[in-house]
This record gives sequence, C-alpha cells and structure tokens, in this order.
Amino acid sequence: MHEMSLMESVLEIVEEEARKAGATKVKAVRLDIGELSHVEPEAMRFCFDAVVRGTIAAEAALEIVRVPGQGWCMDCCETVALSERFGACPKCGNHRVQMTSGDDMRVAELEVE
Amino acid sequence: MCTVCGCGQATVEGKKVEGHDHGHGHDHHHHDHDHGHSHDHDHVHDHDHAHPHGHDHVHAHSHEHDHGDGHVHSHAHIHGHDHGHDHAHAHGHAHVHTHDHDHGHDHSHSHDHVHGPGCGHDHDHGHVVRSEDAIDYGAGLAGVHVPGLAQERIVKIERDILGKNDGLARANRRRLAEKGVFALNLVSSPGSGKTTLLVKAISDLKEKHAIAVVEGDQQTSNDAERIRATGVRAIQVNTGKGCHLDASMVGHALDDLDLEQNSVLFIENVGNLVCPAAFDLGEAHKVVVLSVTEGEDKPLKYPDMFAAADLMLLNKADLLPHLDFDVEACIANALKVNPRLQVMTVSARSGEGMAVFYAWIAARAALAARPAN
Repeated sequence: MHEMSLMESVLEIVEEEARKAGATKVKAVRLDIGELSHVEPEAMRFCFDAVVRGTIAAEAALEIVRVPGQGWCMDCCETVALSERFGACPKCGNHRVQMTSGDDMRVAELEVE
Repeated sequence: MCTVCGCGQATVEGKKVEGHDHGHGHDHHHHDHDHGHSHDHDHVHDHDHAHPHGHDHVHAHSHEHDHGDGHVHSHAHIHGHDHGHDHAHAHGHAHVHTHDHDHGHDHSHSHDHVHGPGCGHDHDHGHVVRSEDAIDYGAGLAGVHVPGLAQERIVKIERDILGKNDGLARANRRRLAEKGVFALNLVSSPGSGKTTLLVKAISDLKEKHAIAVVEGDQQTSNDAERIRATGVRAIQVNTGKGCHLDASMVGHALDDLDLEQNSVLFIENVGNLVCPAAFDLGEAHKVVVLSVTEGEDKPLKYPDMFAAADLMLLNKADLLPHLDFDVEACIANALKVNPRLQVMTVSARSGEGMAVFYAWIAARAALAARPAN
C-alpha cells in the first residue's frame, strides 16, 4: 500500500496536534495499525524517518501498536480472532465472519515537550 | 510497496499542484444530507410455533423504504427465536439483517449482522465511521501538567490517518451529487485493458449520456488523448511518482472539468492493484477490471482491491478460447474476498457482454440524476 503518502498524512496530523499542544518538540509518536490493514509496519518506519527530517518530530521515536484482527462469526455467535480479512472462523471453519476490528490506521498519541 | 511517491509531484494537466496542502475554495467539513425521507414499510411475518417446551419463531420481515428523492432501500430481516420453557427464559435470538442501499447521494453501505444476545453482545459493527476527525485531549498526562514540574506530556489524538483524504472525498461526493453526476472509479493492474474498455464504452454511450473522464497515470497524457479522440472531455492527472489518485487530485480535476448536469464521470485510476484500494475519491462505485490474461487467483493475491470494489469486469473474454483461464474459479475467488461483488464477463474488443455493463450504468446514473435547478 501507500506508506509514503500515509506517512505524509501522519506528519501533518502530528505537526498540527503538536502546535495545538504548544509543544516545542515531539519525542514519540504512537500509531495504532491493525493487523488486517494492509500496510507494512517496516515500510512505515522507513517512510517515517524520511518524512520527519527537519520537522518538529525529527527526533521522535515511532511506536507502532498492532491492533489484532477480530470478526463476528455469524454461525458461532461470537467474536473470534481473524488472521486475514476474509478468513474462516477459527472455531467453525465457516467463512461467515464479518470483520469488526483490525483494519485501523490511527495516530493514537504523541509524547511532546 | 510504494516507498517513493513524492506527493508534491502531482500535476493536473498543465498545472503544478502543491503537495497535499491545497487551498480549496470549498468547505470540507459540511455534511449535507438532504434526503426527503418518507418510508413505506411492508412487513411480512411468518411465525412457526413448535410446541411443547420449545418455541421456534421465524420472522421474516421485508421492508421497502422509498425516500422521496428516488432512493429505494430494501431491508430483509429474519428473526429466529428459541425459547427454553423453564420460565427463566433463556432466549437465543438470531437476527439476520441484510441492507442493500443503492443511493444516488454520498453514502452507501451494506451490512450483514448476526446478533446473538445469548452469547455476549460485545462486538463492533463493521461500519466505516466517517465522522469528523475526533480529537480527544481528555486523557493522558497533558491534563495534569504543571509548569516547572513535568516537561513531557502525552497528547492523545486518535485521528484516522486517512481522515483528510476521506474528508476531501466527501466534499467531492457532495459536489458530484449536487450535479447528479454518476462517478465510477476504475481500478486494475496495468495492462488489463481499462483504457480500451473506456474508449469502447464511451463510443457506445456518448449519445445517451454526457460523459467526462479523469485519467490518472504517473506520466504522459497518452490515455487522455485516446479518450479525447472519442469526442468527450478528458483531463489527465499525472501523479508523478505517486501510485494512486487521491481525493484532492480528483477535486482539482473537478474544478477544471465543469461537469454537465446528470453526466457520467469515469475516473481511470493509476494501473495498480494495491494502493488505490485505500483512497476514496468520492466515486459512487469502484469498478475493478481484471483481464483473463492474468491469473485466476489475483483476487486472492490482492484482496483489498476486490473487497473495495462493487463490480468486477472480467475483460478480454474474446481471448478465452486461446487460454487455460478458469472463469468459474476466478469468480469464486473474487466472491470469497467480497461476497457482494457483482461480476460481468466482457470483451472491450468484441463488445461481448458490454451491454450488461451499460445497463448497470444506466440504472445507477438514473438514480444519481437530479433535476436541474
């Protein structure tokens, strides 16, 4: 997927929020990235280093928290783990699982000073 | 993976576009839903009671909602109740809701829910929530920061990375809806025959519909020139190193296109089966074009795109006699990734199957159309 332009968006959000918070420096950026979202965390790290150069977040550490994939199995009537977007239910093996989380891509929080 | 998409390099034919920070002359944070809702419900209930000591209720509801603005929703609900008869009433309800909305305005979704109150109701509904960017400063250390004591603060944000694109896409969708324009976002890998298919469709449809085209490519305006040769308006967007169109690029193209009332807009995305899946442009539907010279397993290899699309055109069907391509297997793979996907087998060269696609467009364009002000 498109890690570079996603990271440009991350930087925009970070700069805006840091400004609102009156920060002089961003020390850490935490992203929540779902396991079922189709971005490569390694590619995101690579792009992060490239885009933050010369910005308020130049020295920021990037923390990526993986949000596990989950879905609602219509046959088991419960929330089950999902390892791929249209995967089978690990309990019953049917494909009637509706993804409920794990495709998140969010800037969760910043550590600033 | 696209690690080098210089975002500042996009050009909308003839103009240099500044990165991703565009001063638009319109307002991106409006939600105008002007539906005239008047619902007509028709319920059909079928009860099946199996006594003794065990109740089996099956309710089948079917609702038809007719909104005053030409939108028709139909909901089908099936409720199954199972009662254990010991007066402690352990109920297990299974509700199956299928919503299929075909809207001419700026949202469309389809849900499949099964609720089982007996087995724990702790699930999220898989809705795409497109609210305003939520900014939550409530929690974290920032609230208790005392000058001179702590220099470091945690700022809680919880903002969607794609939030800005989604906001711009909403603005595009609103602009299109105001003019009654039906917009399709055509996506595929390079070489699937998207442009040939478009040229064919435009030649066949231009008498019936006013048509305009946004052509996305990294470089060259070759495709826009092919489209213009059919006599319709086309604008080329060069993404530079970028591997997809985004909503702001399309917004700029809309500025220049001056679309006709109730026209059809084709947006031909950059040939890429990965990146464009994530970027809403404001279109009514993504249409994925897959050619039979590619593998049957492409939907499994690139599930995002097939999941994001509402229609798949299996193109170059005229070549099937010369290939080992298994159409059934390909369609099965696509449906595994997206059970709601509609599939049409077509050939832009021979014209086979194209009439079905045209009928699909005509029906939806009619729903999107609005009387001129």
